[in-house]
Amino acid sequence: MDFFGDEEEYNTNVLAIIQRNHELVPGALCPAASATSSPSPRRRHRRRRSISMAGAMDLPAKGGFSFDLCRRNAMLAEKGLKMPGFRKTGTTIVGLVFQDGVVLGADTRATEGPIVADKNCEKIHYMAPNIYCCGAGTAADTEAVTDMVSSQLQLHRYATGRESRVVTALTLLKSHLFSYQGHVSAALVLGGVDVTGPHLHTVYPHGSTDTLPFATMGSGSLAAMSVFESKYKEGLTREEGIQLVSDAICAGIFNDLGSGSNVDVCVITKGKTEYLRNHQLPNPRTYVSSKGYSFTKGQTEVLSTKITQLEPKVEVAEGDAMEE
Amino acid sequence: MWNLFFSLVLSASYGSTLRYKSVERIKAVGKHSLIGASGEFSDFQEILRYLDELTLSDHMWDDGNSLGPKEVHSYLTRVMYNRRNKFDPLWNSLVLGGVKKGPKGEEKYLGMVNMIGTHFEENHIATGFGNHLAIPILRAEWCEDMTFEEAVKLVEKCLLVLLYRDRSSINKFQIAKITTEGATIYPPYSLKTHWGFAAFENPSKGAVGSW
Repeated sequence: MDFFGDEEEYNTNVLAIIQRNHELVPGALCPAASATSSPSPRRRHRRRRSISMAGAMDLPAKGGFSFDLCRRNAMLAEKGLKMPGFRKTGTTIVGLVFQDGVVLGADTRATEGPIVADKNCEKIHYMAPNIYCCGAGTAADTEAVTDMVSSQLQLHRYATGRESRVVTALTLLKSHLFSYQGHVSAALVLGGVDVTGPHLHTVYPHGSTDTLPFATMGSGSLAAMSVFESKYKEGLTREEGIQLVSDAICAGIFNDLGSGSNVDVCVITKGKTEYLRNHQLPNPRTYVSSKGYSFTKGQTEVLSTKITQLEPKVEVAEGDAMEE
Repeated sequence: MWNLFFSLVLSASYGSTLRYKSVERIKAVGKHSLIGASGEFSDFQEILRYLDELTLSDHMWDDGNSLGPKEVHSYLTRVMYNRRNKFDPLWNSLVLGGVKKGPKGEEKYLGMVNMIGTHFEENHIATGFGNHLAIPILRAEWCEDMTFEEAVKLVEKCLLVLLYRDRSSINKFQIAKITTEGATIYPPYSLKTHWGFAAFENPSKGAVGSW
């Protein structure tokens, strides 16, 4: 019970807050307060009853997924309750290692079931100046997990005074995802260049990772992987790498329904990162009306006009209305 | 000189066991067509029997005409769709191709039918995992007037990707070609695979616990 330091002190603080809020009689509810105000040695006996009367200030869980409500949820689902859905990104994300570093690519369509929720979203997330991460799966999960690890990396940089390493991000991500047993549905392609060289990893929702020369994730991963498997070779130049990544994402965009819109590319090399947002726009809006879409006065024929005052106009006779 | 060709893997699995490794899943139908199948092999054998009966009774008419690929495709579509309507499908995806001299000259045809009766005609067809892995490549790189060698290279590209990424494939393929001269089914052969990437040598060098 040493979570918040001394238990008595904790209890005192809790009761003090509740007392202030509810203006309770001092004596009745917090014998602890009177005990600590005296200089006599503190008694260590438990004040459980006062705590439970005061409210639900239980100690929070220490982390990881809490399975307490799973049985209830299963019972409700059996009885016919429709669970709320997730917004999945339905994605194509890819990464490859070329001779100087890493190229990451992603499409920009976010789907909510059969509907395109966002036609130009950003799936390449910032982790560190030299590390970026593409995310597939549930949009909220990828966003939250990459933000969280990005903050942790920043604190780590302050503590160590060094550039972040890709394995650090990898370990933080995989241990977080594993502790949630796959319920955090984030499938990531993590790439970056650090002192040890260029690295590319994939992270799966259950917490396993792969280290690969080229990787694809998401619903369009098979289409993109077919392009990589047929055209990848080691020692690609920067232009070849970007072209291959764009080709793979385009294969995902045109052959997978869950991916679409534009191609985002991120090139990471030693000391330099270039985030090419909307590097290719292969789905432009092709029909544009020749007459244009302005609706100037006079284009619509006016048949009759009637003006009705909604409120009677009040004339302020004297003085300034704001004076009072 | 139009020609068409098919390629497929010579394996037949029994659940998750790779039971048979020399199964020829392409057959010639009449003088003008080739049929290839994926799915339940016994149902494919039954379909071949139906096609034998069909070609035999067509031959007995002795009218100088023979069934072309379009006709055979139409027949198979009816068979598959009617079986599905009776809730007793033939569990296959069939690819049918052929070349026949028509009124406008030599006409080539490539189509597919699946177990629920969906049928269409296209310049490139794939079944199973090929839909996800091979069709993107074919859509990007197929063109109208390819030579036989170019077509073989393109198809081998697709087969290699499928070999790497489909767990039920093996490195034993067969190609069949059909032209106005007739059908040729080539003997089985293997493709060369490449596993020599630097990152495959020691993947946990940079990241312990990863592979």
